[in-house]
Amino acid sequence: MPISEWFQKKEKYTQITPGAKKRSVPDGIWSKCAECGEIIYQRELLKNLRVCPTCDFHYKLTVGDRLNLLLDDGKFKEFNASLSSTDPLNFVSEKSYFDSLAQSKEKTNLVEAVITAKGKINGRSIIIAVMDFRFIGGSMGSVVGEKVTCAVEKATEDKLPLIIISSSGGARMQEGMFSLMQMAKTSAAIGRFKKTNLPYISVLTNPTMGGVTASFASLGDVIIAELGALIGFAGPRVLEKTIKQKLPKGFQTAEFMLDYGQVDLIVHRKELKATISKLLDFFVGEKQ
Amino acid sequence: MDFEKPVVELEIKLDELKKSLSVAKPEIAEEIRFLEDQINKLRKRVYTNLSSWEKLQIARHPDRPRALDYINLIFSDFIELRGDRLYGDDPALVGGPAFLENERVMILGHQKGKDIKENVARNFGMPHPKGFRKTKRLMSLAEKFHLPLICFIDTPGAYPGIEAEKHGQAVAIAENLMKMSNLAVPIIVVNIGEGGSGGALALGVGDKIFMLENSYYSVITPEGCASILWHDETKASEAAEALKITAESLMELNIIDGIIKEPLGGAHRDSEFVARNLKKVLVENLMELKNFSVEKLLSNRYRKLREIGVYAKNR
Ligand SMILES: [Zn+2]
Repeated sequence: MPISEWFQKKEKYTQITPGAKKRSVPDGIWSKCAECGEIIYQRELLKNLRVCPTCDFHYKLTVGDRLNLLLDDGKFKEFNASLSSTDPLNFVSEKSYFDSLAQSKEKTNLVEAVITAKGKINGRSIIIAVMDFRFIGGSMGSVVGEKVTCAVEKATEDKLPLIIISSSGGARMQEGMFSLMQMAKTSAAIGRFKKTNLPYISVLTNPTMGGVTASFASLGDVIIAELGALIGFAGPRVLEKTIKQKLPKGFQTAEFMLDYGQVDLIVHRKELKATISKLLDFFVGEKQ
Repeated sequence: MDFEKPVVELEIKLDELKKSLSVAKPEIAEEIRFLEDQINKLRKRVYTNLSSWEKLQIARHPDRPRALDYINLIFSDFIELRGDRLYGDDPALVGGPAFLENERVMILGHQKGKDIKENVARNFGMPHPKGFRKTKRLMSLAEKFHLPLICFIDTPGAYPGIEAEKHGQAVAIAENLMKMSNLAVPIIVVNIGEGGSGGALALGVGDKIFMLENSYYSVITPEGCASILWHDETKASEAAEALKITAESLMELNIIDGIIKEPLGGAHRDSEFVARNLKKVLVENLMELKNFSVEKLLSNRYRKLREIGVYAKNR
């Protein structure tokens, strides 16, 4: 079915507003900003896209809020919505992987740590993948790897720009080598996408680490870091243990990564959609 | 290694007995034969049915043959090529062209040291971005001159350090993964020791993936996994078991294509034996891969990656 037709089928869209419940909190609910200590009223925080009005600290967004923020009318058509993790290694540590999955599903109302979909940004169709850190630290196991790969392939086939919003602690340990190999799988798919002349814009949000940074997230034609995001390969704890000293202040922040040439630009959450849209205009040309 | 203590103790005893012999006495010869017999039985008992953690100890054995050992034993006329053409060279990775019998190939490998001094120079086989970028450059050369690529994996992991982060450890690894998935020459990968996470995988995308019998391959070090998921680093042996890191487990899980035999006790007990087995596997597989057109080779490689992962289609 051609894209134009698909967009007429409004009933196929899902509109999710997981933030809806929180948005109805009364004016009086407040908390202290974890960063600057100023009092923030919940309602004000939500209106401000979960950015502290005082210090600009960017709190993590849920996948639902992120899609609402970026996509026209918050509408999208999700792919592979029901793909879910099994426990291929029967992994048990202090608690079982099976229980971790169940708890994450319960807590987030999600099936896995990424949602992949087709939607529109300022009228232009795009393929998008958005990770959610709340689901086992946004870690990449078989399902995240498969869904991201499918999304990249979909963008390649349908000749659409690709946007991936990462937020992840890295590979999912509980799926062992299956997780590690997802790095190769997703990178291979990106490799094929790169043979088209369509843009892949990778957005690194707080935090993007380990196996996700070391695969698809670092392969964008343009790499955007959201303001204040922690970005890197090795986690700060591992680093401090290896080098046996405290890390310098600001190490692995978006600003640090910009200074060392690892990202193209840092963008405030308020400007994210407009920036992506403008880049798409440059790379794809004006929309018809 | 703890688990081989009984074997080693008997071996020392035997050595002492042999040394004490100035004149051959029949009753002592008898005793020696008995002792040798006991050692062999014990060896078999100790070295078969090793736990994942014990195999990992063998993979980390200080005397374990390194990439350059196998390169010297298996290939001829190897010329090491160095430098990333950006800012440096990384001795934790080596590479260059060589002959495998009459075939021209490009070899890449993690390289650990033989002693503390060499290990310090080679950073214990833990690469920096400049190392990965050197290997990426050599991959381009392999493609340009139609040299099949042979990769030896042996690293505890990509180096977690300040310089490495500044210079883009993550992007250096990611670019290798993308490059290898699409490199227009056959790629054979052999894990000869430690397969530590992304730093190992950065040489690990290929048409055929093999592991030496006592090598391990893991998404995270068992120590790291234990400290995160058990909050206790001493639980590393449990983590090693849970992560399914041995050649045998990964064969069962269809992650690798084959296991290469080591002598009882590990590769360091007879590196030439391992080199012979390894060479045979390389030659056979190279012959097979050379039959494929580039298109077929690349589509097979993509499909192979594509199929890795276990999930349910319904929530
Ligand atoms: Zn604040």
